[in-house]
Amino acid sequence: MAIDAATVRKVARLARIQEPEERLEPLAQELSGILQWIEQLNEVDTDGVEPMTSAVAVSLPMRDDVVTDGGDPSRVLANAPKSVSNFFVVPKVVE
Amino acid sequence: MASLTSLTLKGALDGLASGAFSAVELTQAHVEAVEAARPLNAFVLETPEKALEMARASDSRRARGEAGRLDGAPLGIKDLFCTEGVRSTACSKILGDFVPTYESTVSANLFRDGAVMLGKLNMDEFAMGSSNETSAFGAVVNPWRAAGSNQALTPGGSSGGSAAAVAADLCLGATATDTGGSIRQPAAFTGTVGIKPTYGRCSRWGVAAFASSLDQAGPIAKTVEDAAILLTSMAGHDPKDSTSLPVETPDFAAFVGKSVKGLRVGVPKEYRVDGMPPEIEQLWAKGVEWLRDAGCEIVEVSLPHTKYALPAYYIVAPAEASSNLARYDGMRYGLRADGANLTEVYENTRAAGFGDEVKRRILIGTYVLSAGYYDAYYLKAQKVRRRIADDFDRAWESCDALLTPTAPSAAFGLGERQADPIAMYLNDVFTVTTNLAGLPSMSVPAGLDAGGLPLGLQLIGKALDEGTLFSLAGAVERAAGFRAKAQRWW
Repeated sequence: MAIDAATVRKVARLARIQEPEERLEPLAQELSGILQWIEQLNEVDTDGVEPMTSAVAVSLPMRDDVVTDGGDPSRVLANAPKSVSNFFVVPKVVE
Repeated sequence: MASLTSLTLKGALDGLASGAFSAVELTQAHVEAVEAARPLNAFVLETPEKALEMARASDSRRARGEAGRLDGAPLGIKDLFCTEGVRSTACSKILGDFVPTYESTVSANLFRDGAVMLGKLNMDEFAMGSSNETSAFGAVVNPWRAAGSNQALTPGGSSGGSAAAVAADLCLGATATDTGGSIRQPAAFTGTVGIKPTYGRCSRWGVAAFASSLDQAGPIAKTVEDAAILLTSMAGHDPKDSTSLPVETPDFAAFVGKSVKGLRVGVPKEYRVDGMPPEIEQLWAKGVEWLRDAGCEIVEVSLPHTKYALPAYYIVAPAEASSNLARYDGMRYGLRADGANLTEVYENTRAAGFGDEVKRRILIGTYVLSAGYYDAYYLKAQKVRRRIADDFDRAWESCDALLTPTAPSAAFGLGERQADPIAMYLNDVFTVTTNLAGLPSMSVPAGLDAGGLPLGLQLIGKALDEGTLFSLAGAVERAAGFRAKAQRWW
């Protein structure tokens, strides 16, 4: 399926990536090329085929519901772009 | 001291055990080799002080009789692995100067066994690439050059730094990761050995996630035996990764050198692709002869859905990547750009932090997962993936392992294939199938092309049957007698 610049703008917005206006058309062409190549999958008959969800069949293990880690704000915040008294500082969210 | 760097890992471990040299001497030689090889751009961070400190600790452990399996062996660690107190960036600007406060399980396992870390190795950004050209630190240059040429070649990707460092004798082995071929294709391009084990053999904990259902760690090494020694240390069940398999890790080195007599090796006819150089076809035929001479039974098999593996991969991998990379929002770590409001901060951060190929894949992934398209793309791809896995299951009815080429070409020139994403993706045409099916697979150097560049053969095994791969790879290695090294120009 070919996608247009408006679709790229929408997808970039969903992905939270700022794309300048002049990049939208070239990206639309690139992504359309890749999607057209991907469309050969429609040749494969997948009627009644169970989608593969894990490479090796195992059941998800459960562990005891206990605290295994934590109580260490200095390590949690060690790489924060901005922090104050054991909190992450983020841009204002509510007006 | 220069000769200490030309040792294999096994040779170095034997030398350390016999007292022929110390871990400090061995490490110092490698530290100097790393410094001298900066034109290769294989390391994005050198940690010589840490390496020598670890080497001194190793020497004292050995003196107390407490040496581990890898004690004193200097290794390189791909920058995708988080290393405690040592900058880890996945070669992306978005992680900036991220310094983990924890150690990845795989690197922790290596250090538990006494390995020494020389530094962090270059790679494609977030492991997305087949030529190392998407790294925020610039491309790695392959130590190999074609005869009579000065053209800079790619070491392959994404584990290009790992492969180049091992090929140039900068380290005795390296960690790497493989989501679609990122261990095996660079190994083939540099004349080294690389194995992607069964999905779940190695813990993914502490490894920056690309496509979680495909990502798997493994070693790049100088020999099959070295790869076996390294994988034995790296693998093992880890409760911190819910997809880590609760199985015992065998001593893989015990399989190297075992007779392969009576093993049935399949040759899949679909791996003959248009435009493949005749030299690769000839090398493959030679590989078949070598294994037949070693007593294997050769059988023709069919994997009819092979050609659909790459397009299925380019739905599954970007979809999972778009989800995994949503965490890079500039709030808790890494780069944060300015913006007038929160959404703008996110958008500007991610625009400034991600490179073009990563953005391209996030956009594809976001598109195929967006409302109305999930069934047509992601679900369809997961069904095709099942078909590909079923192909292998049918093949195992008539054989124990498969032999194929690793990559459809030898190393190509840096810059040659950047313009066309699909041409770049085709590098992984022979490797990506086993990521989708979760199977172990391994590249072994088997010969040189007319230009003197290394070519690799790939062995594919049943789930958890790495042992058979190591036996077969050992047989190919012995028969090929591959001894060529890159001529030093750096």
